[in-house]
Amino acid sequence: MVSQIISNMKKVDFDIDLHHLPRVEGHGNIRISVKDGRLEEATWAVVETPRFFEVIVKGMNAERVPFLTSRICGICSISHSLTSIRALERAMEIQPPETARLIRLLAMHGETLQSHALHLFFLAAPDFFDAPSALPLMQSHPEIVQAGLQLKELGNEISAITTGRCTHPVSLVVGGVSKAPSKEALLKLRTMIAERRAALDMTTEFFMTLQIPAFVRETEFISLCNGSTYPSIGGDLVSTDGVVHDENDYLLMTNEYLTEFSTSKFTKVSRQSSAAGALARFNNNFSLLHPQARAAAAAFGLEPVCHNPFMNNVAQLVECHHIMADAAMLVDRLLDADLHDIRTAFKPKAGKATGAVEAPRGVLYHHMETDDEGKVVKADCIIPTTQNNANIHYDLHALAEQALQEGKTEKETEKLCVMLVRSYDPCISCSVH
Amino acid sequence: MKHLGFNIGKVKIGSFDFTCCEGCQLQLANRESTLPDFLALIDVRNFREISSERFDDYDIALVEGSVTRSDEIERLKKIRAQAKVLVAFGSCACFGGVNSLKNGIPQEEAVREVYDGKTIETMPSTRIADIVSVDYCIPGCPVSKEEVERILVGMVTRSLVSLPKYPVCVECKQRLNICLFDLGQLCLGPVTRAGCDAVCPTGRTACLGCRGPAEDINFPSFEQLVRDKKLSSSEMREMLGFYNGFADYLEHEKS
Repeated sequence: MVSQIISNMKKVDFDIDLHHLPRVEGHGNIRISVKDGRLEEATWAVVETPRFFEVIVKGMNAERVPFLTSRICGICSISHSLTSIRALERAMEIQPPETARLIRLLAMHGETLQSHALHLFFLAAPDFFDAPSALPLMQSHPEIVQAGLQLKELGNEISAITTGRCTHPVSLVVGGVSKAPSKEALLKLRTMIAERRAALDMTTEFFMTLQIPAFVRETEFISLCNGSTYPSIGGDLVSTDGVVHDENDYLLMTNEYLTEFSTSKFTKVSRQSSAAGALARFNNNFSLLHPQARAAAAAFGLEPVCHNPFMNNVAQLVECHHIMADAAMLVDRLLDADLHDIRTAFKPKAGKATGAVEAPRGVLYHHMETDDEGKVVKADCIIPTTQNNANIHYDLHALAEQALQEGKTEKETEKLCVMLVRSYDPCISCSVH
Repeated sequence: MKHLGFNIGKVKIGSFDFTCCEGCQLQLANRESTLPDFLALIDVRNFREISSERFDDYDIALVEGSVTRSDEIERLKKIRAQAKVLVAFGSCACFGGVNSLKNGIPQEEAVREVYDGKTIETMPSTRIADIVSVDYCIPGCPVSKEEVERILVGMVTRSLVSLPKYPVCVECKQRLNICLFDLGQLCLGPVTRAGCDAVCPTGRTACLGCRGPAEDINFPSFEQLVRDKKLSSSEMREMLGFYNGFADYLEHEKS
């Protein structure tokens, strides 16, 4: 206590200026400036080069669009593909067959599992050991890294079997899917999921030994909600502040605005910022998680509504439990389904609609307008990380303030700030698109 | 590691991203079952996406993405000066990629539409080889990890490194697929370089040419095939332009 008071009295000066933050996807900078022990600035700036997808998609045939928009992101390409497909199917009033719907849900699980495993083991975990990457952990904790690789490989395998390839899907098309997985492949998946549950349990035990930083800043969590299943593709837009909107009213849930210091836009709803992602889904849909996932949450003491952004890591792990259980169920349903009825033929027509999908990092919106030849005349994409930028920015301020009050050194403050940004699992190249 | 009884030192690698989706770099962490062996071959000296350690003593630079902003030119030149071998990694680096689709639109108009009045610097998407010299190209959207492994092993063991010269159709036939032309669809398999194991037509979707042209393709014959099948030539051009790998052929057609 005494040492804390003394350190608080020190008039510290430091500038933290981190360019191209490592172990995140894309290019972002953190700036923290402290003068005479007072926080003068805390900024989260995205400096990624924009690619103008909303402009280049115009005039493109609807059937080709998902192959373009999947290229917005190398990690969540399946989500982008399916979000465009959902928007276009709703715009042109196309009803994909039930089997295709199940294949798409399974594909989403595959992508989220690989994305969460990548983030938890390769991007987030090294911070807890002061390691620069997961490579040293391969020496010090080989069995844990092996478990992580097993989960990641399972996610990739689910994606490859359901969509033809793990990055940039080939068989997700407007109207359904172009090719169904074979029964043999589905049986292989069933075995693989059952075998790898041990890796998930080992992962859970491992993460329970890690010290999650204590930090709380109340915010508004936004996710999809359909009332009957844990959200994935489509649904109402809800927030923990009680806001509910129809999928097509996505603009009311984002309110994008520009800042001086960032190439990625910021968003807000009821407060100065809001958050999307695993923790937001968890906070809005806890009761719809598989019982195994709820048990995992209980083991970590994670309850809705949790306002500690560092707990997003734990929420991702909880979702991995849900995914493993739900994917096994979907594989069984597909084994009983008609694997030939996978694609609805359609006539192009003019229309407009929004597709919303829970990508690994949070709710993703594509709005599409088509003409009567099925060509896109207008497109708008709002990405999860865009919806987290403002929250990261204001969190950084509050966290740096807290670190100063606790008498943390420059180095400790920097580490906490970097861990905070990483806990959001930002996908920056996605957010500037 | 040992190869054919000889000890081989690890090769120092740097992995860098420019304007892209980072999907190609992500492939380096895929194929988890061979990942430990792959990592035994390489010494990761600089790879921002997975490590906060950054050193400048790499021998091979893998460069993903295309160049769309002036600061990227300077960064790329520095990497070229350092690397003994520079690899254009993926379709954006090799050809400009899907980013090039904006090159046909006035850049100010693109900025105005997305950023509504804010000044954002951007320039037409440029492939890496137009800025610095490139030693190898590994095309693909995304690259195939299997091919990357094969090529890196070849570089480390100083054996001949090459890409398949034949088109995707060869691999597609090997996989016993129904030809998409027979299903009434247009596909760039006949003119695109193989090496992807015909992953798209195997999934019953058209090849969009992400690996660029195969060697010695008969382009007029391909155009004739499209006409014979009564398929749309404007769609063919849209497909050829998707990854910008066929820019030379599209130019030729115009003239």
